Amino acid sequence: MRPFVYEQPADVSTAVAIASRFTTNDDQPTRANAQFIAGGTNLADYMKLGVADPNRLLDLNKLKEQELRHIHVTNEGGIRFGALARMGEAADHAEVKRRYPVIADSLRLAASGQIRNMASLAGNVLQRTRCEYFRETSWACNKRVPGSGCAAMEGFNRQHAILGASDACIATYHGDFAQALIALDAVVHAEGSRGARKIVFAKLHRQPGDTPHIETDLAADEIITAIEVPAIPWARRSLYLKIRDRESYAFALASAAVALDLDGETVREARIALGGVATVPWRAGAAEQSLQGKKLDEASAEATAEAAFAQAQPRRHNAFKMELGKRTLVRALLETRDMKV
Amino acid sequence: MDAAAPKPKENMGEPLPRIDGRLKVTGQAHYPADLPTANIAYGALATSSIAKGKVTKLRLDDARAVPGLLDIVTYGDMDKLEKPKFGNSGATSIGPLHDRRIFHDGQIVALAVAETFEAAEEAAQLIRAEYEEEKPTATFDSPGTATIPAAGRSPLFKEDVKAGDFDAAYAAAAVKIDQRYSTPTQHHNPIELFSTTAYWQGEQLVVHEPSQNVTGWKVELARQLKIDPAKVRIVSPFIGGAFGSKGPMTPRTAIVAIAAKRLGRPVRCVTSRMQAFGTQTYRAETRHRIRIGAGKDGRITAFAHEGWEVTSRPDPYVVGGTSATGRMYDYGSVLTHVSLVQADRNTPGYMRSPPETPYVYALENAMDEMAVALGMDPIEFRRINEPKTEPIGKKPFSSRSLIQCYDQAAAAFGWAKRDPEVGAMRDGDWLVGMGCATAIYPTAVAPCAARVRLTVDGDVRLQCGSHEIGTGVRTVAGQMASERLGVSIDRISVEMGDSSLPPAPVSGGSISTASVCSAVLKACDAIRTKLYAAATAEGGPLAGSRNAEFELVDGKIMAKSGASAKVEDVLKAMQVGAIEEYAEFAPKGATPEALKKLYAGKPEFHGGDQDEDSVKYAFGAEFVEVHINRYTREIRVPRIVGAFAAGRIMNTRTARSQLMGGMIWGIGQALHEATEIDRRYARYVNRDLQDYLVPVNADIKDLQVILVPEVDHAVNPAGVKGLGELGNVGTAAAVASAVYHATGKRIRDLPIRIEQLLV
Repeated sequence: MRPFVYEQPADVSTAVAIASRFTTNDDQPTRANAQFIAGGTNLADYMKLGVADPNRLLDLNKLKEQELRHIHVTNEGGIRFGALARMGEAADHAEVKRRYPVIADSLRLAASGQIRNMASLAGNVLQRTRCEYFRETSWACNKRVPGSGCAAMEGFNRQHAILGASDACIATYHGDFAQALIALDAVVHAEGSRGARKIVFAKLHRQPGDTPHIETDLAADEIITAIEVPAIPWARRSLYLKIRDRESYAFALASAAVALDLDGETVREARIALGGVATVPWRAGAAEQSLQGKKLDEASAEATAEAAFAQAQPRRHNAFKMELGKRTLVRALLETRDMKV
Repeated sequence: MDAAAPKPKENMGEPLPRIDGRLKVTGQAHYPADLPTANIAYGALATSSIAKGKVTKLRLDDARAVPGLLDIVTYGDMDKLEKPKFGNSGATSIGPLHDRRIFHDGQIVALAVAETFEAAEEAAQLIRAEYEEEKPTATFDSPGTATIPAAGRSPLFKEDVKAGDFDAAYAAAAVKIDQRYSTPTQHHNPIELFSTTAYWQGEQLVVHEPSQNVTGWKVELARQLKIDPAKVRIVSPFIGGAFGSKGPMTPRTAIVAIAAKRLGRPVRCVTSRMQAFGTQTYRAETRHRIRIGAGKDGRITAFAHEGWEVTSRPDPYVVGGTSATGRMYDYGSVLTHVSLVQADRNTPGYMRSPPETPYVYALENAMDEMAVALGMDPIEFRRINEPKTEPIGKKPFSSRSLIQCYDQAAAAFGWAKRDPEVGAMRDGDWLVGMGCATAIYPTAVAPCAARVRLTVDGDVRLQCGSHEIGTGVRTVAGQMASERLGVSIDRISVEMGDSSLPPAPVSGGSISTASVCSAVLKACDAIRTKLYAAATAEGGPLAGSRNAEFELVDGKIMAKSGASAKVEDVLKAMQVGAIEEYAEFAPKGATPEALKKLYAGKPEFHGGDQDEDSVKYAFGAEFVEVHINRYTREIRVPRIVGAFAAGRIMNTRTARSQLMGGMIWGIGQALHEATEIDRRYARYVNRDLQDYLVPVNADIKDLQVILVPEVDHAVNPAGVKGLGELGNVGTAAAVASAVYHATGKRIRDLPIRIEQLLV
C-alpha cells in the first residue's frame, strides 16, 4: 500500500474543487489521482490489494450538508436518500420498508451488519466488481489495466455475467440496492465542477463494451449527493429475491427485484431488474413488456423469464445462471403476486 | 447448566469455562504476532505469479527505492543453509530461495523488510520477477500428471489394507454398487493469519509464530540454520485457529530468521490472506471409486475403496483414509488402493481429520446408495454390518459405541417420522430431506512430558509444551491437575506453547488431550505419592494409615479412615516450599527410543490401527435435515444432530464446542468450501474469504450435540479418546444423503451446489 494524501473537505463545493484541481475531464473516477471515499468498505480494500491507487483521498464523511445524511419522503410521495446515509439506516427505515419493500430487502440481504453500518448508499451503488481476476493484480484484466486482456473469459467464471458482457469483460456488477433502484426508475443527483445535474439511474452505469475501465457516467470530480425514488404507490407490492451459495454475506448467483401493479391477477405494470447475472444493474424491459396485461401465473411467469434471458450468453462455469436466473425470476414474480399488501 | 455446558453424564468431567476464555474475549490474549517486541522491522513476501518455470531475473530497483526499505532477502541469501525437509515438522521440501525453479503458484521469491508494514508491502508489490515459463499441470486430468502408488511413501501410510478375496465376493454379490466420488482442494483459512516474528539475542534465536508443534519446529529450524537446537526457541502461547495448517513449519520461518540476523533487529512478517493460499499447506483434492457388494439380507460381502490424491511434484503427501474406511464395517472382503497424482502444486498437508474427512465422505455416501439399492433403512443397514472385530487384522475394537450413537441421535432427531420415499416430504415450496452418516476417528496417543509444581500456598503451576489451538487443552490439563491434586481450578496456572517447556507432541491427530492429560496425571500422581509418604511417615499427621486409600480434596489429604491432614502442613513438615515433579509419559507399546524421539520433535504415535491388542477409534452418528427450494434449489440445513462417544470426556463444554465446530465445518464441506483452480495456469482463483465460502451464522440453525457415555481403559491412562477431529467426519455424507432423499439426485462431487440440482 502506497502513501497517499488524506483530506476531509468541509462541504460539497470544497470537495468538488479539490477533486477538480487534481483530476482532468478525461479521468475516470476509478482511475483518477484524487478519489472520494465514504464508508471505505470497497475502496480501502482495493487500495490494500493494489487494485485502486489514488494518491489523494477525499473523505466525504465530514461534509457539513446535513441533507446528505437524511432519508425522507418527498412532497410527491417518493423517497430521497442522502448519499451519505448508511445501508443499515435505509434498510431499517420505516417508510422505506412500507413504501418500497424491494429496496429494504435489497439492502437487508446485502453484505453483513457491520458493513451495512459503514457503507454509504452512494458508495454502494458505485461499488466495483468483485471478479476474482480483477481483484488480484497478477491476472490480465481489461477493467484494471485497459488492453491487458481478460483472464476470466476462459478461466474460472462461475460468478460472471451472462447479460451485458462483451469480448473485453464479463465481470458481474454485484450490488443489490442498484437493482431495486433501476427497477423503480430512480434518479441520481450529482454535483461537479460543471454544476449540479440529475442522472437517470439506468444511465449511471455503463456496459463494458470495448472500454470496461469506464464504469459510470460520472466525472472524476462529481459527487453523488442524493438518490431519489419517484412515488409509485403500488410498489408496496415489491420484493427482492436473492439466491446465493450461503444464507448471508454472499453475492447473488442470481437475484430479482420485482414490483407489480396488479388488477386482480392481471398485471397492469411490472418492474423487473436482475442481479448477479449482468455486468451492470439490469432492467429487464422486454420481460416487463411481455407480462403487461397478462394474468400472472406460473406459465406467464416462465414466459417472462424466457424473455428476460433471451439475450444471455453463458460461458463454461456460469451457464447454470441461465436456468437459475429464470427460476429466480419466476419465484420472485409469484411471491410478489402473493404478497399481502 | 445450559446447552453450551452440558450436564456431565457417566465418565464425564465438569463443563468448566475455559481458563483463558476471559483473556481471549477481552483482547488480553497475546497471539504470536501481538507479542510486544521492541524496535521491530516489518517483512512482506513477494510471491510468484506462475506455477512452473524459472525466475530468470528479479527487478528490485523500484522496491529498493521505497522510503523505509531496509533489506530484501532473496536468491543467494539462503545458499549456505540447509533446504527445508518434508515431514511432520516441515510442510515442503521446496526451499523457495534455495532454487530459482518455480514449483507452484504463489511461491516465495523474496522477502522485503522495511521500517513500516506499509512500506514493506509496497516494496514487495514492486518486486518484479521475470520468468522462463513452462506449461504447468494443475490437477487431475491435466496433461502432465504422474500417478504413483501411495503405499510406503509416508510413514503414516505403510500399506493398502486388504482382506479376503474381494473380486470373487464382489462377482458373487446379489446387490452391488460401483460409484465415483470427489472432494475439492480446501484451505484451512484460520482467522489468525500466518506470521513469523524472529529476533536474535546473541546466538539465541527466538521465533514467535503460531505453531502446533513447537518442539518439532525448534529442531527443524535449527537444522535449516545449521545451529544447535538448544539455541532456538519457538513461542506460541495462543493460536487463533490452526486445523493442521500450523502443524508443519513452512520455509518462511527460516527466511524471516535470516532477515532478522542480517538486520540485527526483530523482523515480523504477517502473510496476507491471499499469499497464504500458496505458502501454506491445504487439503488435497481427492477422487474415489467405491464398490460394495452385499447379499439381499444387507450383509456386505465385498468392499473396495480406491483413492487418488493430488500432491506436489517433490513431496509425497498422502491423505490415505483407507485404513479407517477398510475397518469401518463387517465387510467380509476388503480391497483398497491409494494413488498419488503429482502436479505443479504446492505440497498439501494435514487439515482437520486429514484422511477421514474425504475418505469417509466417499464411504458413507456409498453406504447410503447401497442402502437405497437394498431398499433398506440406512441405519438398519449399518446395524446389520456392525463388526465384532475389524475386518483387516481381526482385532477387537477397544470400545465401539456406534450403534448407541445412532440410537440416541436418531431418537433426538426424530428419524422415525421420516418418510423413506424420495421427494415425499415437503414444507410449502421447500423439499425436505433427511440423511445420516457415520463419524469415525482413530484414537492415538503419543509420548509427552509435563512439569507440575504444588506450592505450600496451594497454588499449582503446570508446564507443558503443548499448544492451545482453540481446543481447550489448557483448560482440560488444568482440570486434570485440579482433580488429582484437590486444588480448585482458579489456583492453577497452565503454561503452554513454548519450546522451552517440557516437550509435547505435535497437536495433531487429536492426540493432545490424551497425551497431555496422561503426562499431567503421571506428574500429579508423583506429587501425591510424595505427599502421602510424608504424611504417613512416622511422626507425620497421618502416621499409621499407610497403604490406605486416600483422596486430595480442597487442600487436604483425606484418608479412607476419615483422618485428614492439610497439604500445607505436610509440606511444612517436609520443610519444603513446593513439590515439583517432571513426568514423562510413554504410551503402551512405546519403543525404547520413544522419549528420545519426543525431545527430537519426532514423536511416535500409538493407538488407532497401530496396536497389537486392539484397534482404537472414536465413533459418532450425524443426522441432517435439508430444505431445498423447489424453484431455485438453494440448500439450507435447518437441523443437525450428532451423537458421539469418545471415552472419558474431560470437559463437556469444550468437548461439545469441538464437536459443534466440526459439524459446522462439515456443513461447509458439504455445501460451501472449495479452492478453485484456473486449470490453464495451475493457479488458485478464489484466494480470500470473499470467494472462499465457509458457513456463516445464518447457515447454522438448530444444532444438537449428544455426548454418549463410554468407558475405555485400554486407550491411555487418562481414558480419553480425542474428539477434536471427529465432528466433521461424515457430515458431508449425511448432507448428501439428505439431498438425495429430498430430490432423488445423488450428488457425488463436493461441494454440493445449486447448479448440480438445477439439471
